[in-house]
Amino acid sequence: MAELTRADVEHLSRLARIDLSDVELDRMVGELGVILESVATVQQAPTDGVEAMSHPLPLANVARPDEVRASLTPQEALSGAPEVDEQRFSVPRILDQD
Amino acid sequence: MPLIRSSAAELANLMATGEASSVEITRASLDRIAEVDGEVHAFLHVDAEGALAQAAEVDRRRAAGEELHALAGVPIAVKDVVVTRGLPTTAGSRILEGWVPPYDATLVTRLREAGLPILGKTNMDEFAMGSSTEHSAYGPTRNPWDLGRIPGGSGGGSAACLAAYEAPLAIGTDTGGSIRQPASVTGTVGAKPTYGGVSRYGLIAMASSLDQAGPCTRTVLDAALLHSLIGGHDRMDSTSLDAPVPPVVEAANRADVSGMRIGIVKELTGEGFQPGVQKRFEEAVQHLVDAGAEIVQVSCPSFRYALAAYYLVMPSEVSSNLAKFDAMRYGLRVLPEGIDDPSAEQVMAATRDAGFGDEVKRRIILGTYALSSGYYDAYYGSAQKVRTLIADDFARAFEVADVLVSPTSPTTAFPFGDKMSDPLSMYMQDIATIPANLAGVPGLSLPSGLADEDGLPAGFQILAPAMKDERMYAVGSALEKRLHAAWGGPLLARVPSLVKEA
Repeated sequence: MAELTRADVEHLSRLARIDLSDVELDRMVGELGVILESVATVQQAPTDGVEAMSHPLPLANVARPDEVRASLTPQEALSGAPEVDEQRFSVPRILDQD
Repeated sequence: MPLIRSSAAELANLMATGEASSVEITRASLDRIAEVDGEVHAFLHVDAEGALAQAAEVDRRRAAGEELHALAGVPIAVKDVVVTRGLPTTAGSRILEGWVPPYDATLVTRLREAGLPILGKTNMDEFAMGSSTEHSAYGPTRNPWDLGRIPGGSGGGSAACLAAYEAPLAIGTDTGGSIRQPASVTGTVGAKPTYGGVSRYGLIAMASSLDQAGPCTRTVLDAALLHSLIGGHDRMDSTSLDAPVPPVVEAANRADVSGMRIGIVKELTGEGFQPGVQKRFEEAVQHLVDAGAEIVQVSCPSFRYALAAYYLVMPSEVSSNLAKFDAMRYGLRVLPEGIDDPSAEQVMAATRDAGFGDEVKRRIILGTYALSSGYYDAYYGSAQKVRTLIADDFARAFEVADVLVSPTSPTTAFPFGDKMSDPLSMYMQDIATIPANLAGVPGLSLPSGLADEDGLPAGFQILAPAMKDERMYAVGSALEKRLHAAWGGPLLARVPSLVKEA
């Protein structure tokens, strides 16, 4: 199994959009290493030819009748937003600055 | 008996015969909360006004001769991972501090329609990740049996409020044991229904293929009554079972185990279990034999991989489910320091660092790793195959046994701080409860007594095949009857009063 490095954890935290501090990164490298070593034991299980199970129920696509129902009002949908502009969520810029 | 010590079924009788009103009962719970919750800290939010309004409405409907649900007027506490319209819902996280949901979870709609006053929201490990409530952003809940010890987790608040007589009923959720392990260490009852038995609509998801809501109570019959109320098909949850709720109340009332085959799982007993917990377990098994059950020994060899598979499947789903906390539509928004005009992505990363606690971050990062290209087959893929092996082990065991039993948690309640620096030792708390979540089968925990070495509650777990939930209620109820007879009353009669003598 590949050893998890500090650079790996930093990369993963960027993928997960969590801006970890240096202190957190240092701590997490060690903690995750121990946990990964433990969970890697799944690779010792006799899984040759075993099907993967993603879900406890053998469900195929589930559909319901396409009926109009009551839903949230715009005001309700916006009620928890950090910032609102009229009937819209107000968000920081999404494009790079030039 | 004072109202707060009565079971939900007893309270329902008192209301039916006119000996007590829902307002009196609800007020008694609220008074008790005011009296002891400063120490216990089971609640993150108490809604006295809303609960009393619902209670008054039920009393009015009863006086008008309306037909009411059996539990109408019995107050209930709801775990803070379940969304409640108009009541703050945080899931124990800073990232949702102050959020007031604009809608109800389906199970909450059912509680409201049946007329159960909602007392408030109970404390929990952040996003239900933990076994002690020490991962709550709002401080831990304390175990009423010993205020220096954990009440279990993640649903420590729901279990502790029952043990402290603050509420007769509570709602929990169980992804790897979060209903059953807190029940075990607080001397209360908790049941995880078959996966899909209770709607997940309105549960803030941790791991969607494992999460299941269920009843937390002080008696097996109360658990069956509440299970019956919140269970059943919901078209708002596509994984909800389109089948009748199993006859759990009838089974709890009959309490008949004669001729039942009780399987003891070799891998979930003995080594690794605290001696006092193991001893109470063995005595409980003897009670079931005395009640006419037959004991069989079963082996589930793949269970040894369950914890490892769980800590890959669950974090993988966590990393996906918690991506919605992006600081844009609800919850916390934190601007990164030292950056003028930050981008949405920078705001999201700063918010998630400030808003999530350590355990949540660990699991998101672990899941992100397990799902990474190059590692996917070795980790997530292998874990999914182990899941099949575990389901196969259950299927084989249920060919020779009607139910499987084990101690619920390997230990009694541990002191605060004991396992916080060692995540793996915390994860071991759920060693006996996790297999049921991976396979989707139902499980129930009830008290088996106090461990000799520390005088703290131990739990007895009963697992049944999928959609045969009634079997665990039959066994649980039969065992509870015999244990109460042996103890001269319920175990909780011995919990400290929590009120200082004047």
